[in-house]
Amino acid sequence: MEFVARHPNLWSKKGGVAVTKFEEKQPSVSVDKLMWMYEQMVKIRYYEDQMVEAYTEGKSPVFNIGEGPVPGEMHLATGQEPAAAGMMVHLTKDDTVTAPHRPHHHAIAKGVDLKKMTAEIFGKESGLGKGKGGHMHLFDPEVKFSCGGIVAAGIPHAVGAAMANKMKGKDWVAVAFIGEGAANAGAFHESLNLAALWNLPLIIVVEDNSYGISVPKTASTSVESNDLRASAYGVAGAYVKDNDPVAMYKASEEAVNRARNGQGPTIIEIETFRFLGHFQGDPELYRDKEEVPGLRARDPIMKLRQQLLDAEHVNEPELEEIETRAKKEVDDAYQFARDSDYPKPEAALDDVFTS
Amino acid sequence: METAKKRMLTGNKAMAEAIAQEMENDKNVFVLGEDIGKYGGIFGSTQGLMEKFGPERVLDTPISETAFIGAAIGAAAEGMRPIAELMFVDFFGVCMDQIYNHMAKIPYMSGGNVRLPMVLMTSVGGGYSDAAQHSQTLYATFAHMPGMKVVAPSTPYDLKGMMTSAIRDDNPVVFMFHKSLQGLGWMDQLDYAVGHVPEESYTVPLDKANVMREGKDVTIVGIQMMTHYAMEAAERLAQDGIEAEVIDLRSLAPIDKDTIINSVKKTHRLVVVDEDYRSYGMTAEIAAIVSEEALYELESPIKRLAIPDVPIPYSHVLEDFVLPGPDKIVETVKQMMDEA
Ligand SMILES: Cc1ncc(C[n+]2csc(CCOP(=O)(O)OP(=O)(O)O)c2C)c(N)n1
Ligand SMILES: [Mg+2]
Repeated sequence: MEFVARHPNLWSKKGGVAVTKFEEKQPSVSVDKLMWMYEQMVKIRYYEDQMVEAYTEGKSPVFNIGEGPVPGEMHLATGQEPAAAGMMVHLTKDDTVTAPHRPHHHAIAKGVDLKKMTAEIFGKESGLGKGKGGHMHLFDPEVKFSCGGIVAAGIPHAVGAAMANKMKGKDWVAVAFIGEGAANAGAFHESLNLAALWNLPLIIVVEDNSYGISVPKTASTSVESNDLRASAYGVAGAYVKDNDPVAMYKASEEAVNRARNGQGPTIIEIETFRFLGHFQGDPELYRDKEEVPGLRARDPIMKLRQQLLDAEHVNEPELEEIETRAKKEVDDAYQFARDSDYPKPEAALDDVFTS
Repeated sequence: METAKKRMLTGNKAMAEAIAQEMENDKNVFVLGEDIGKYGGIFGSTQGLMEKFGPERVLDTPISETAFIGAAIGAAAEGMRPIAELMFVDFFGVCMDQIYNHMAKIPYMSGGNVRLPMVLMTSVGGGYSDAAQHSQTLYATFAHMPGMKVVAPSTPYDLKGMMTSAIRDDNPVVFMFHKSLQGLGWMDQLDYAVGHVPEESYTVPLDKANVMREGKDVTIVGIQMMTHYAMEAAERLAQDGIEAEVIDLRSLAPIDKDTIINSVKKTHRLVVVDEDYRSYGMTAEIAAIVSEEALYELESPIKRLAIPDVPIPYSHVLEDFVLPGPDKIVETVKQMMDEA
């Protein structure tokens, strides 16, 4: 349940003073917040399960990526729930989140309008982007959420949000979620240097699910984990093992506090699990058949559930109530999406410029 | 009588075969890019290469396009013949400096003293709801900038022959392959994604358009999917007694003006169809060439079909509206003939 905190700035100096101060705090874990996380994680899992079904519709017996109510690429986050829930539990709607091509868990935990998000993924007029964006391009300015299909591109946007927060004199923070593969893109390194240089309230969460599509981390990354890179930029780093929701909670709390207090950026890397293919329809010939069952046996949702029960924080019926509520919200969102209309074809010409 | 059975291949197998044959021939040829090794390329262009040539010559890279495309340039300057894959052309944004400021200009800036014999291959095209950041062709973006040969073959035969030419060429070649023409099992199954491909090595020139169908009434110039849509349209128009000549452009740079002009001299009408943005694009370039060199051959104004200057939308309803297709081509040609 513990996370490893790496001391930043062992050697980074500005005028002889360490740029960021690192304090070893022992944050207490709030039960209410853990319950909130559990609900989000259940909601995310159920949402993605429903998406597997919806995505498969119209694509069998012959799989054709362009067919069915949800066409195009589909990257699901099943197994990666702790990263989103453990960070978002410390954020408010004033904090900014940027997400990558695998964005549903972040969107859900950030409180993106679930109905409009689902309608967007179904290509409907009532969607967040009136059907223009799709699953990789969800924008909900109400809760300061965005995502995109270009690897690592969201990081500089989070830097900009952090900059804006600082300029406005607010204690709001900006969090960029990326996969471990994205930590090898130039944007990651340029952004960290900039955020450190300007001492911005930025947090980068690296979700290490072991692969960038088919390429294993060991074949793409020169260091064991990306929090090690923190010292190169003079920022704080933390590593969360075993996809652990509570450890993610703690690491995130510390990073968010640091950012809110003007103590600069943090990189958190979390070891997480990709239960599904890179995208739906991925033949996954590059990974061992035994791997996924092994990961599923370490399901973070079941783990948190058991922890809550063991600590006698809740009882079984209370958990079931949470589960039912979460599922209903998801079912309602899918129903809304299915019941919504497609946009008018000519609407394709609108919105190139905002009015 | 013996009928030799023609060997049929998908677009991606044809490409992979060309690369394999050139790797056999020349030990300086190597391939690098994301998921090109064990996965065989997301669109199958490098399938089988890892098994045949191993990780020394088939290199899976991190998601570091600037670094590995830049490295291909550096290696090419040292006499290697790299083939770098940019998974989707849309990702050019993160590495364009290497491409247009370096790959395209170093040979010129060095007064021809530095050669960059490399291929940058990349997938293009939409039509399957992959939205604004994964569906572009960007033909004109690349063709606009001097210093790169830019080709976009439409058939398995040309994919192999032009890939072989591209690898052997001493200049940087941007080799665009259309996702829908790769013959992928997970996309629309299109007849024209499979075709006759000879086993032995052969070349197809990088600067010649191809007359796919002869006709006397109207010239339709297309490229990749738009060529195939033009062929479909031509078949339908023929039922109404209109004989369209279809030209597959194949090479954007250099562009084969002669084939287009000769055709217009015969048909006196021109429709250009493009899966790229309309303004400042391939349709405009061809219209300009014909206006400059064969204006008085025209019996009616040139028509252009292209994406109406909007990013590619996600919802299929919207995407269908912006992408040209056989219906729009037929309609446009008929209108043109009626007006005459
Ligand atoms: C600049 C850029 N290069 C390549 C891609 C293609 N691509 C999409 S996702 C992906 C792998 C990303 O891996 P990672 O960052 O680990 O995220 P994960 O998919 O594992 O969540 C790649 C290579 C892209 N979208 N953008
Ligand atoms: Mg990954």
